Amino acid sequence: MNRAAARRRRSHFMVGLMGLAVVLAVLPLLLILGTLVAKGASSLNLAFFTKMPVPAGETGGGVMHAIVGTLMIVGTACLIGLPLGIGGGIYCAEYPGSKLATVTRFVSDVLNGTPSIVVGVFAWTWIVATQKHFSAFAGSVALAILMVPMVTRTTEEMIKLVPHSLREAALALGYSRWRTSLTVVVRTTLPGIVTGSLLAVARVAGETAPLLFTALGSQYLSFDLDQPMAALPLVVFTYATGPYEEWHQLAWATALVLILVVLVLSVAARLATRGKFRQNG
Amino acid sequence: MSPSATGSDATLGGARFGDRLFKAALTLTALAVPVLLGFLVFELWAGSREAIGEFGLGFLTSSEWDPVEGRFGALPLIFGTVVSSALALLIAVPLSLGVAIFLTEFAPMRIRGPVSFLIELLAAIPSVVYGLWGIFVMIPFLRATVFPFLKDTLGFLPFFQGPIYGPGMLSAAIILAIMVMPYIMSVSREVLLAVPNTQREAALALGATRWEALTGAVLPYARSGIIGAVILGLGRALGETMAVTMVIGNRHEIAASLFAPGYTMAAAIANEFAEAVENIHLSALSYVALTLFVVTVLINAAARLLIWRVAQGGGGKSA
Amino acid sequence: MADAAVRIATERLSAMYGKSTAVKDVTLSFAANRVHALIGPSGCGKSTFLRAMNRMHELTPGGWITGRVLLDGQDVYAPGVNPMQLRRRVGMVFQKPTPFPTMSIFDNVAAGLRVGQRRPKAELAETVEQALRGAALWDEVKDRLATSAVALSGGQQQRLCVARTIAPQPEVILLDEPTASLDPQGTQRIEELLFTLKQTFTIIIVTHNMQQAARVSDTTTFFYLGGMVETGATRQLFTSPAREETEAYITGRFG
Ligand SMILES: Nc1ncnc2c1ncn2[C@@H]1O[C@H](COP(=O)(O)OP(=O)(O)OP(=O)(O)O)[C@@H](O)[C@H]1O
Ligand SMILES: [Mg+2]
Repeated sequence: MNRAAARRRRSHFMVGLMGLAVVLAVLPLLLILGTLVAKGASSLNLAFFTKMPVPAGETGGGVMHAIVGTLMIVGTACLIGLPLGIGGGIYCAEYPGSKLATVTRFVSDVLNGTPSIVVGVFAWTWIVATQKHFSAFAGSVALAILMVPMVTRTTEEMIKLVPHSLREAALALGYSRWRTSLTVVVRTTLPGIVTGSLLAVARVAGETAPLLFTALGSQYLSFDLDQPMAALPLVVFTYATGPYEEWHQLAWATALVLILVVLVLSVAARLATRGKFRQNG
Repeated sequence: MSPSATGSDATLGGARFGDRLFKAALTLTALAVPVLLGFLVFELWAGSREAIGEFGLGFLTSSEWDPVEGRFGALPLIFGTVVSSALALLIAVPLSLGVAIFLTEFAPMRIRGPVSFLIELLAAIPSVVYGLWGIFVMIPFLRATVFPFLKDTLGFLPFFQGPIYGPGMLSAAIILAIMVMPYIMSVSREVLLAVPNTQREAALALGATRWEALTGAVLPYARSGIIGAVILGLGRALGETMAVTMVIGNRHEIAASLFAPGYTMAAAIANEFAEAVENIHLSALSYVALTLFVVTVLINAAARLLIWRVAQGGGGKSA
Repeated sequence: MADAAVRIATERLSAMYGKSTAVKDVTLSFAANRVHALIGPSGCGKSTFLRAMNRMHELTPGGWITGRVLLDGQDVYAPGVNPMQLRRRVGMVFQKPTPFPTMSIFDNVAAGLRVGQRRPKAELAETVEQALRGAALWDEVKDRLATSAVALSGGQQQRLCVARTIAPQPEVILLDEPTASLDPQGTQRIEELLFTLKQTFTIIIVTHNMQQAARVSDTTTFFYLGGMVETGATRQLFTSPAREETEAYITGRFG
């Protein structure tokens, strides 16, 4: 009798302990988001978005150069990475048994686990060292390399969710294979592919390490991908590790903007698929 | 081959041409991934060639790091990487397993989705933001409260002796723990969800408490998958760069004290690569990158294998 | 029955999955403008047989055949036959309704028309309406042609799939248990439909429901273990089967 009670108590105790773990795990998120808002929100004004940085030690100024830079670098990375990733994912789903699909799947998993700094070194050796100057384009390539395996895997997983019967129905109507694949299978799973792509964009938009010695960062507004360029994560890093109080202030505000961008992308990604499931009933 | 294979006529040729073009285009994109990897390995190796020739494998066991003299050894970096990651896992694994188990086995249905969504949001926060928060919020807090407490109570151990700087090995480990927790949590949650319900019910039917059903039936079934999740988290921790760079102190030293500054492979590359001027310095950093790459590949391959085994085993046993 | 011309026939048709044979040596002919039922216990190869007739079988990895399938006397497996064109002449409806979820009702019906030659818009709309009328669905959907097809009920979805199949004017329609996932009312609508459809098309239907076979078909063929056991006029096969296995099956002693 007593032993049973002890066993039950022990069970309750362990479950309580795990509940505590949940609290401990959610705490950092709340702390980080809370600090970001508390320290960053006050600096967010129109000037922050439309002005260029001022010389060190002066107050005021904005990060327009980095906003433009992030848009350009990430945009270019998407142009390179999304077609490759989506194409590779479609291949793996369309020819699942082929040797190339197995290899691509495995290599994607390997690349997914590769530290982004290593990809940065690769982009440096490949592009920066050959061209003998830093460039935003090299940064885009590094980010694209990070995107491709993520997009490949999610695209394949999403396409696999499309029922086989749908494919058969199209083929039975006399559709060719490519037509079936594009207008029926891929079309049906498009929201899922959008989700995967948005998540990949959200992830690389906050990447700093691969940009450190490719895009490098810059104090000026630039539209030239062949030159060094600023980016939001680089600004956070530079300002956070710099000596001036004004810089720290800007770092918080920039981090807040960066995290808003990332969160909006992540939530949009979820909404894209939710729409799909609702439509399918 | 099979008698159903057929030839072609004019219109047929058209359709077949479309299919062939489609497959060719997809094949090219699918090839991009392995080709990129091959290229990446080649470039890393090419970049490190000079340092490999100069220092050989001794690079990994030497503690010297002198860019002026051109002498390099990665031992402090490897030490810092391993220690910070191991400590991070020590903190993160019990927490994330607790959360994963609570969310799959015990939590009310209503809160399962939202809570795991919140924790997965942690994985979406960019590394550099963790670093910023680490510098200005976490370190001042640790320096004022936790570190002195540790020094007072556990100061007899060599790990908790010496001056408290703030940035250092323990700070890096704590921020890493927060960062890898969502990964370990979400993968182990998937593994636990893959455990068939019959496992739980069989144990409960025998009169086990819920805790006993968990430790006796569910966890053994999921064990290799959970180990896989932990190793996956380890892979993340080893390669994590920005946050660590910002809070570890960045010193090429091996110190017993966890309060002392250290360095990791990823942090050294991040800090020195853009500034390095000598070829041998660049090459040494490239060598570090190659080493880091090889280690993470091996670790990830092991993790995938373990997780995959649970998926297979789960399918087999539930059938 | 003998008066009607043979529309589609098989000669010693066998269908294999890799090394295992699912359909053995079946020789059958199907007269035009009739409903032909295929019955038999689960796994006896009915679906495989059906899919070999419009060359869907070869799309399954490892799927191959021996023997011949003759459509209007021409071997559909002959070199030079375009399987995609063949499938436009031999349409197929599946067990579960398979409307394309991203397409509107109109686009679903037009889907098979768009892969053939280009048609003027007006003609396309006309053909879609005819197909929907043919599938007895027009009155229910004429006001919502632009809405999503997945909002329809299961029975409506299945009739939509029938409309999609008949829109390109095939000669033969293969139906693989088309009412298996429908309620009695939906089933009845499809069965009624078969009577009108056979004015225009040759229909081959796989069914597990013996009453259904008896109600709708002109001829019935009994499959067992991959082989064709018996074929004949439906009434005769159900009242006085020639083979013992057939009798055992239709009286419900196995399967
Ligand atoms: N993709 C496949 N690969 C290998 N064997 C298969 C495949 N599909 C079916 N078979 C086998 O072929 C045989 C015939 O299957 P088929 O689906 O034609 O039967 P069926 O008569 O349609 O059954 P049901 O009434 O259950 O639909 C079965 O033994 C089945 O196991
Ligand atoms: Mg069947």
